[in-house]
Amino acid sequence: MKVKPVNHAKAAEEFLDDAPHLTFHDERLWDMRQKRDQQMHLLPEWQELRSRASAIKEHTLANLPEYLEQFEANAKKNGIHVHWAADGAEHNRIVGEILEKHGAKSLIKSKSMVTEECDMRAYLEPRGVTVTETDLGERIQQLDDQMPSHIVVPAVHKLVPDVAKIFAKNYNTDPNDDSPQSLAESQRMAARPVILTADAGMTGGNFLVAETGTFVVCTNEGNADLSATVPNLHIATLGIERIVPRMADMGVFIRLLSRSALGSPITQYTTHFRGPQKGGEMHIVLVDNGRSARLGMEEFWTSLKCIRCGACMNTCPVYRRSGGLSYGAVYSGPIGAIIDPTFNERKYSTLPFASTMNGSCTNVCPVKINIHEQLYKWRRVLAEHHELPFVKREIMHMAGKLMGQPTLYRTAINGTEVALSTLPRFVLYNWLNPWGKHRELPHPVKQTFHSWYKKNRLKDKKESQGGKA
Amino acid sequence: MKIGLFIPCYIDAFYPNAGIATLELLEKLGQDVEYPMDQTCCGQPMANSGCNSDAAAAEALFVRNFAKYDAIVMPSGSCTHHVRDNFDAIPQTEEVKHVRKNTFELVEFLHDILKVEEFPWAEFPHKVGLHNSCGTLRALRTASMSELGEPYFSKPMDLLNKVKGISFATPKRPDECCGFGGTFSVTEEAVSARMGLDKVKDHHQAGAEYIVSADTSCMMHQQGCAERGGVPIRFIHIAEILNGARS
Repeated sequence: MKVKPVNHAKAAEEFLDDAPHLTFHDERLWDMRQKRDQQMHLLPEWQELRSRASAIKEHTLANLPEYLEQFEANAKKNGIHVHWAADGAEHNRIVGEILEKHGAKSLIKSKSMVTEECDMRAYLEPRGVTVTETDLGERIQQLDDQMPSHIVVPAVHKLVPDVAKIFAKNYNTDPNDDSPQSLAESQRMAARPVILTADAGMTGGNFLVAETGTFVVCTNEGNADLSATVPNLHIATLGIERIVPRMADMGVFIRLLSRSALGSPITQYTTHFRGPQKGGEMHIVLVDNGRSARLGMEEFWTSLKCIRCGACMNTCPVYRRSGGLSYGAVYSGPIGAIIDPTFNERKYSTLPFASTMNGSCTNVCPVKINIHEQLYKWRRVLAEHHELPFVKREIMHMAGKLMGQPTLYRTAINGTEVALSTLPRFVLYNWLNPWGKHRELPHPVKQTFHSWYKKNRLKDKKESQGGKA
Repeated sequence: MKIGLFIPCYIDAFYPNAGIATLELLEKLGQDVEYPMDQTCCGQPMANSGCNSDAAAAEALFVRNFAKYDAIVMPSGSCTHHVRDNFDAIPQTEEVKHVRKNTFELVEFLHDILKVEEFPWAEFPHKVGLHNSCGTLRALRTASMSELGEPYFSKPMDLLNKVKGISFATPKRPDECCGFGGTFSVTEEAVSARMGLDKVKDHHQAGAEYIVSADTSCMMHQQGCAERGGVPIRFIHIAEILNGARS
C-alpha cells in the first residue's frame, strides 16, 4: 500500500479554527519558553553548559558501541537484566515475554516516547495485559486514544473542560467540573488502586550512565518512582542514544534538562536507578529502532544528541499554532520534523516543510542540534528522492529556468505571461491562490525598480557619456 | 569601491520605493553604485524548497552579473543569507567565492563596512516597531537573539537611532518569526497568515504606527495580513527612513 504523506497544513488549519484552544496552546508554550529564558539568564555559564553537553553527546555517539557495552557489563554487575531490541517489534516481544514469565497482567508505566515509537500498548493489550499510564498528561491521552502531542506536556493541546469530559466518560466524574484540582484528585483516586495492585512497572528513562551501569529518570509527578518501586518487577525502556559516559556528566545534563523544558531549575524527582529492589527484578531494554541507521547519516546523525526537553517545540511559532497532533507522528515540532523522516521518508516528507526555518529551535536546543539547518538539508534530500508534490516540483523547475533567463524574466515581470507557457494557468494559480485566503495581495505599482532605473539613471549616464550605457 | 546593487524580485515588482531608497542612500553616502540590468533572482526560492539544482541557473546568472564588483549590496536579509550561506548549486569557483564573500545586506553594509555616523537628511517623526527578519537576526546576526541571552546589540537600531524624531515601540515577542517563510506562505497558508496577524497585532498593541524592517518579503506578508485583519499599521523599509522619507 502506498503511504500518503501527513497533511500537516490541513490539520493545522483545523487547529487554527478553534480560537480558545489555539490561544491557550500558544500562550502556555510561549510561557514555558519565557520561563526557560529566565532560567538561562540566571546561569552565566549557560552557553558553556550547552557546548559541554553537545560535546559529551557527540563524543558518546562517536563511540556508541563501546559505551553501550560498558553500560551492559556494569548494569549486569548491578543485577540488572539487559536486553537489546533492534526494532519496535523486538522491543514489544521482549517486554511481552518478561511479563508472561511473571504472569503479569497489569502494567503501570511512566512516560516513555520509545514505547510510543514501538506502539507497545497496542501490542500488549490484545495479549491480555492492561497498561495504565501514570503520568497525568499521558493518562489523559491514553483515555482519549491519542498520541502525546508534546514530548514533555503530552496533553498541552487540551483545555480543562476537555479533560473533564474524558474523565466523566472513564471515571464517572462530573463532566462540568472545571477545577484542575478536583480533576487531578479524580485521577489520583482512580490511579492509586491500579498502582498498588499492579503486577509490573515500566519506566522510560532520560540517561544511561556507562561507567556505573545505572540509569536516571526525571519526572515531576513522582509517578515513575511509583511505577518502578511499587511492583517487584521493573522494566525500563530506553533508546540507545540516551547514554553518557560518566556520572559526572549528569551535572551538565540535569542542569540543562528541566530549565530547557519547563523553565524550572530541576525536575521534582531525579531518580538514579542502580539495581533491583530487594526481592525484585529489574530489566532494561535498549532500543535501536532506526537509531544506528540515523547515526550513519552524515547530515542528520547529530539529531541523536536530543535529550527530549521539548524546548524547540515551545519556541516554535509553527508548532504553537498547529499543535503536536498535526504532525501525525510520535515526535512533533522541529525535532520531530528532522527525526520522523528517518522512520518513513514518504509519510513524513511534508514535515521539514512545516517550518519557516527561522532558527529559534536551534538557539534554544540545550545540546546545540542545528535543527533548522537539518530542516533545510532534509528538503534537499526529499527533493532528490522525489518526495515533493508534483506541482511544487514543476513550479520550482519552471521558476528556476525563468530566473536564469533575464529577457524572459523581464517579460514575465512586466506582465506578459511567459511564465505560464510551461504550466497550465490553473495549476499555477491554484498553487499560488492560498496567499489570498487570509491575506491581501501586494498593491500594484506604476513602475518596477528596473524601469525606474532605466529611466532615471541609465538615461543620465547615456546623456553624460554621450553614448551607449 | 565599486558596488553592485541587487534588487530582489519582489522589491523590483511590488516595492520599487525600497529599491530606489537603497540606491539613493548609497549615492548620498558617496558610493559608486551600479544596478546590472540583467539581474533576476539569487536562487533562494528554489533552494529553500529543496530543489537546489533548479537554483543553478539563477545562481550562475547572479555571479555573471556581480563578479566584477568589489561589494554586492542588497536591501534583503534572506537573499544575503542565501548567497552567503547556501549558494552551492553551482561549482564553487574563485568568482563564486568572491561574490559570496562580498555580498552584504544593506544594514550591515552601512553599519560594518561604511560605518556611517549620521544621516543628516533623515527625520521620521513616528513611533515604529522594528521587525528583524529571521534571516538578518539568526543568520546574518545583525542583532542579539533573545534565545541566547547574549549582550544586547542591534545594528538596525544603531542606524535608526541616528534618525531625528523617531521613537520606538517594543512588541512582546520581538524575535518571533512573522510566518512568511517563502513558499511556506503558500503551502502552509493558514499557519503563515495567523503568524503574520499575531505579529502585526503585537506591534500595533505596542503602539507602533509603522513596522520598519530590512526585509520587504516579511513586510509584504505582514501588510497582507494587517490589511485583511483590519490592523491599522503601516510598513516602511529601513532604507526609506534612512534615506529621508518623512512618512
